Amino acid sequence: MSGTTDMILVNKDGKRIDGRTPDEHRDIKIEAGVLANADGSAYVEIGKNKVLAAVYGPRECHPRHLQDPTKAIIQCKYNMQTYSVSDRKRPGTDRRSVEISKITAEALEKVVLTELYPRASIDVYIEILQANAGTRCAGLTAASVALADAGIPMRDIVPAIAAGKADGYVLLDLNKEEDNFGQADVPMAIVPSTNEIVLLQMDGNMTREEFDKAIEMGVRGCHDVYKLQKEALLNRYSDGGDSDE
Amino acid sequence: MDKRSARPAREIVVPGDILDDSGAKAGDNTYTVDGRVYAAILGVKNRNQYGVGVIPLGGRYMPKPGDMVIGMIEDIGSSNWMVDIKAPYPAPLHVSEVPWKVEFGDTSRYLNVGNVVLLKVLSVDEGKKIQVTMNDSGLRRLEGGRLVEIPYVKVSRVIGKSGSMIQMIKNLTDCRIFIGENGVIWIDGDEKNAEVAVQAIEMIGEHAHRGSLTERVKEFIEKELPDAGEVGE
Repeated sequence: MSGTTDMILVNKDGKRIDGRTPDEHRDIKIEAGVLANADGSAYVEIGKNKVLAAVYGPRECHPRHLQDPTKAIIQCKYNMQTYSVSDRKRPGTDRRSVEISKITAEALEKVVLTELYPRASIDVYIEILQANAGTRCAGLTAASVALADAGIPMRDIVPAIAAGKADGYVLLDLNKEEDNFGQADVPMAIVPSTNEIVLLQMDGNMTREEFDKAIEMGVRGCHDVYKLQKEALLNRYSDGGDSDE
Repeated sequence: MDKRSARPAREIVVPGDILDDSGAKAGDNTYTVDGRVYAAILGVKNRNQYGVGVIPLGGRYMPKPGDMVIGMIEDIGSSNWMVDIKAPYPAPLHVSEVPWKVEFGDTSRYLNVGNVVLLKVLSVDEGKKIQVTMNDSGLRRLEGGRLVEIPYVKVSRVIGKSGSMIQMIKNLTDCRIFIGENGVIWIDGDEKNAEVAVQAIEMIGEHAHRGSLTERVKEFIEKELPDAGEVGE
């Protein structure tokens, strides 16, 4: 959104620089239960993004003043590794990661049945190992799979994907170049069973018509991601077959 | 193999899957919207006369009144002990709930940090405040031995059909074993035997979803302890 380039992001055949069509998402790989010491975990690759999410809890909430006597709170920490971007990222919390942690926690709060665990805390850690635009969506996608893997009661699994605009085209799942040199970026997350939107941000400019098209494209993309999330969870338990109880 | 085909295929569901839309009663780990029952947790779909629910495949132990649990003393107060029972909440054991007469402030003479105790969950109120008791037959402090932790959902597999699995392990290894419903298991016995019992239980924890578990555990113990079986008879 910031820079300009003479790069052709979408050619006249409607193909993007990585060969995708405008409404095609990048290759997605999701694996659940990758960490032994966390209660739940997930690893997600979306194109060149590599994201690891771990969940602990519900457990006793520390510090105590954050406890809510009516429901559990979700504490989320989004962190980018220093080697996740091409210029070394200065380690530690910054304004961007605080923002992403907050919106992720709020999106997850909509689906987790927090009222079952008063005073407790559910801790979500998202580590970005490699970034290539769309890490907040990848992080949320990973976090919701990790929550389900941790056996936490929730209404649904949250898939997230970004839509946007580059070279005048509305595109799904922007990559690094499209994000940097495009006109808009709209990350979003939905609850698939009801199509409720639990995360929606926009950076850049779009007309009303383009925005509506981006939302529609995003919702469809989210349903694709949701299928993969479900598959990942089912795969985890598909090896054994029956139990002889 | 026959057993397998005789039972309906077990269906794994993820949160948000529709379990029933024909008005069945909502069971455990579900929620209802507009008369449709949805799964709220990752687990195995379970339909019985009480309705349709989900049996969890993992997750934290949530205490229920009457559960027998094994805990470790974490902290000592002047009139209670804090016990870690692997639940999301702390479990206080009050001095009035132990079989001894404890003077105020004299709690550390009876139980100390790190001691392991066999307890019963007395109550869990709506605010999820837990109380545990040691005032029941068989409840006591466990001395010596070792602890193994497995996911609480696999406890029923360790016990087996009417206790068959645990009885077999006890007989073959000649160990004393207590199983807490929170997934903490206490084992005491001869060093080599106890080690094998620990490994057998860890094996159950890892392979609980596979079939013919009892035979495979038996095979494992007999391989590790060739002269087993005689001791327990």
